[in-house]
Amino acid sequence: MNRSGADRTMKTKSTAALARARGACGLGMAVATPWALAKVNDLPGGPAVNQLNLTPGATAMSLHLYDLHNIVMLVCLVIFIGVFGVMFYSIVKHRKSLGYKPASFHESVVVEVLWTLAPFLIVVTLGAMATRAVVAQKDTSNADLTIKATGYQWKWGYDYLNGEGQGIQFLSTLDPAHRAMSDAGTPEGDDYLLKVDNPLVVPVDKKIRIVTTANDVIHAWMVPAFGVKQDAIPGFVRDIWFRAERTGDFYGQCAELCGKEHAYMPIHVKVLSQEDYSKWVEGEMKKIAAAADDPTRQWTLDELMARGEKVYAANCAVCHRPDGKGAMPIKPLDGSAIVRDEDKNKQIAIVLNGAAGGAMPSWKQLSDTELAAVVTYTKNAWSNKTGQMVQPAELLAARK
Amino acid sequence: MSAVLEHPGDHAHDHAHAQPQGWRRWVFATNHKDIGTLYLLFSFTMLMIGGVLALLIRTELFQPGLQFVNPEMFNQFTTMHGLIMVFGAIMPAFVGFANWMIPLQIGASDMAFARMNNLSFWLLIPSAIMFVGSFFVPGGATAAGWTLYAPLTLQMGPAMDMTIFAMHLFGASSIMGAINIIVTVLNMRAPGMTLMKMPMFPWTWLITAYLLIAVIPVLAGAITMTLTDRHFGTSFFNPAGGGDPIMYQHIFWFFGHPEVYIMILPAFGMISQIVPAFARKKLFGYTSMVYATASIAILSMIVWAHHMFTTGMPVTGQLFFMYATMLIAVPTGVKVFNWVATMWRGSMTFETPMLWAVGFIFVFVIGGFTGVIPAMAPIDIQLQDTYYIVAHFHYVLVAGSLFAMFASVYYWGPKWTGVMYSEARGKFHFWGSIITFNITFFPMHFLGLAGMPRRYADYPMQFADFNAIVSIGALGFGLMQVYFFFFIVLPMMQGKGERAPQKPWEGAEGLEWEVPSPAPWHTFENPPKLDPTATRVIG
Repeated sequence: MNRSGADRTMKTKSTAALARARGACGLGMAVATPWALAKVNDLPGGPAVNQLNLTPGATAMSLHLYDLHNIVMLVCLVIFIGVFGVMFYSIVKHRKSLGYKPASFHESVVVEVLWTLAPFLIVVTLGAMATRAVVAQKDTSNADLTIKATGYQWKWGYDYLNGEGQGIQFLSTLDPAHRAMSDAGTPEGDDYLLKVDNPLVVPVDKKIRIVTTANDVIHAWMVPAFGVKQDAIPGFVRDIWFRAERTGDFYGQCAELCGKEHAYMPIHVKVLSQEDYSKWVEGEMKKIAAAADDPTRQWTLDELMARGEKVYAANCAVCHRPDGKGAMPIKPLDGSAIVRDEDKNKQIAIVLNGAAGGAMPSWKQLSDTELAAVVTYTKNAWSNKTGQMVQPAELLAARK
Repeated sequence: MSAVLEHPGDHAHDHAHAQPQGWRRWVFATNHKDIGTLYLLFSFTMLMIGGVLALLIRTELFQPGLQFVNPEMFNQFTTMHGLIMVFGAIMPAFVGFANWMIPLQIGASDMAFARMNNLSFWLLIPSAIMFVGSFFVPGGATAAGWTLYAPLTLQMGPAMDMTIFAMHLFGASSIMGAINIIVTVLNMRAPGMTLMKMPMFPWTWLITAYLLIAVIPVLAGAITMTLTDRHFGTSFFNPAGGGDPIMYQHIFWFFGHPEVYIMILPAFGMISQIVPAFARKKLFGYTSMVYATASIAILSMIVWAHHMFTTGMPVTGQLFFMYATMLIAVPTGVKVFNWVATMWRGSMTFETPMLWAVGFIFVFVIGGFTGVIPAMAPIDIQLQDTYYIVAHFHYVLVAGSLFAMFASVYYWGPKWTGVMYSEARGKFHFWGSIITFNITFFPMHFLGLAGMPRRYADYPMQFADFNAIVSIGALGFGLMQVYFFFFIVLPMMQGKGERAPQKPWEGAEGLEWEVPSPAPWHTFENPPKLDPTATRVIG
């Protein structure tokens, strides 16, 4: 275990901050307004109902930021009351209607030097207080586990690069039921828009380094409870770290405008005890072994259709719609000449390389089997009854 | 009576040939007052269009879930709301005030380049048409956010190109306006009007004009590179070709941060004139006000990357931009202290312009503090791209720029129209606006602290109540501005109301109060002779 000095000193304050946090959450509940649409409760690890202050969170850094913010707020409040105390006193007393005669002074070098120096010293002091945190946030060395988070339009991909669980990779997508609730305008649940199919799983009390990048446009990986937010930039890698101090579920959302589904690519981090984490890794490794599809295997049409429907629902339906009709600038697949074309490679090329200047992204990251299945599915779903089948081997060949 | 209109009869006769009537008066306008009026009416129109977009956004966000628009449309609304408000409403409005007031305040007969002045206004019309028209092209308007970050801009439809051309025209117009203001202020001041006797409004505009000339070309570069990336195969910002999307952000914010001071410095100038007028006491620390304005302008050029703390800068970069940003609080604080010291032991009255000025100071300081807090880089990591930032910049842009302009409309409006506004209606407009403004934007701080990201068409249920309050406030604030137009601006323009005396404000100082109300079409045709303070015409 390698912990920086700053990290350690920050941790000692965490209990007190947590107590304050509860106070803040309680206050949040108290101001709940009567026109709340539906019953909703605080989401542990996510936002509280009508939360008024920063999330005290589950890492030393987020607690430190909570304290730092409170201190700055206090400083601002004192200055605010001081300045406006003087101003409102003057407004009340120095009125023409009270017969107050104007004074004639209009400069004073001493006063002006003083009120230039005083704010200067205050901001330099505040800056000095924040400097330690800047340095601590940037220290991503000696991580126990390194995970790459890749932003896609509109989901997150996680690759366990280094540490226990190395080799695990999966995509993390918003629960389609939540997207449907959003469209219908009937939201429900404490984790509305925050529930994903595969949460990121990490062990408690370990330094986790998240390496961010993106596949298409800039996204941002944010988890307020950990005090982290980092842009995920296509073509570049950046990193941040956190060390969760308690187990549980923690939530965040994409924080950089990334296109139409920007609001629908949440982040869910599940923090497990070391023991549970090891069990999870073991299970994932078994799944990887079992799920390794043999790309040379010949599939039947029914198998491909069943698999393709799932792939379509998870990846394509958000733009092309579940009925394949597309929407606004998004091209329809139902009835599309390319989809119905005898030459299967036309559609395969678009799926592999993207089209329309990236508006249709490349789907290279999906497996040969998944891509073969989804192409077969679109060629046979709705009114596209072409009867054509695409085998994983053809995808494998097209990739070369 | 002032000396400028010694022969009012001859005056009309002399200029009959140069005084086009009807539509020609406006299309071929070269008179600074007419062009100022055009600018102000144009920017108010854009304020209303941007306001309608804001209300559409707030309608969708009134409840969680999508009720009215799809997310693509929502992004178009937020993007165009920002672009139209910044480039269509706030910036041209300040140029309008400059056109009207700077020649009157420095004793000049007109702006230095009258025909260029005409061109710089009329360029705004095609660009406004392109902005608004882009909603009706295939794929709809630009939806990449007003900051137009690459590489999302590469995915946009033809509207993106229209936006780029529209911004080029706005930029050309701004640069011409800035050149005109600099030359006018430096060359056309009446004899005796030295720079350090000049009123604060021309002073702040002079500094702003230099900022415009420094940074608008940088914006033009950024959007031109976006254009060539989109259509001519370059890869300045396109990572697929080896470009750097973060370079776009650096270039954009090198323009974008001075831009926020372009939108607030002239407001400082306005407030620095209105507060002394109603405190019946000279501006405290005039010299330090000038120096503070210049310091803010210089500092504004070296703080741009505080908009980019979450892009992942090196430690030294973060520290530099954090400290530099926090230093801006010093000259800004000096200005606030000076205003308060001006009020201190004055003999104050609170007509509508003063109410707006005091309201400005109060809410602008809130916006200033919420700027210091995210200036601290580690805290910004939590606040970046959340509603806290939306709250912050509306506190400085609406409560700052817009409120100062309202103060100025009430302060100088009688000079423009020759008619006093209704004091009761002005006060109603003020109280209605400041209350609904705070209902709209104050709860956004809580949403941001709780982690609600901005530019979201839908949000978790925990944020529902504050969003509902915000939407109600926004509707109220919008209605107050419609009231302002129909019950205050329109009657004044139609000449309905009490006649305004030459100097309606007891404590006001300056050359604009040396000419009659309404200000005649031509003023100071011959350089006036000024008293030693350069505030009165003596012959």
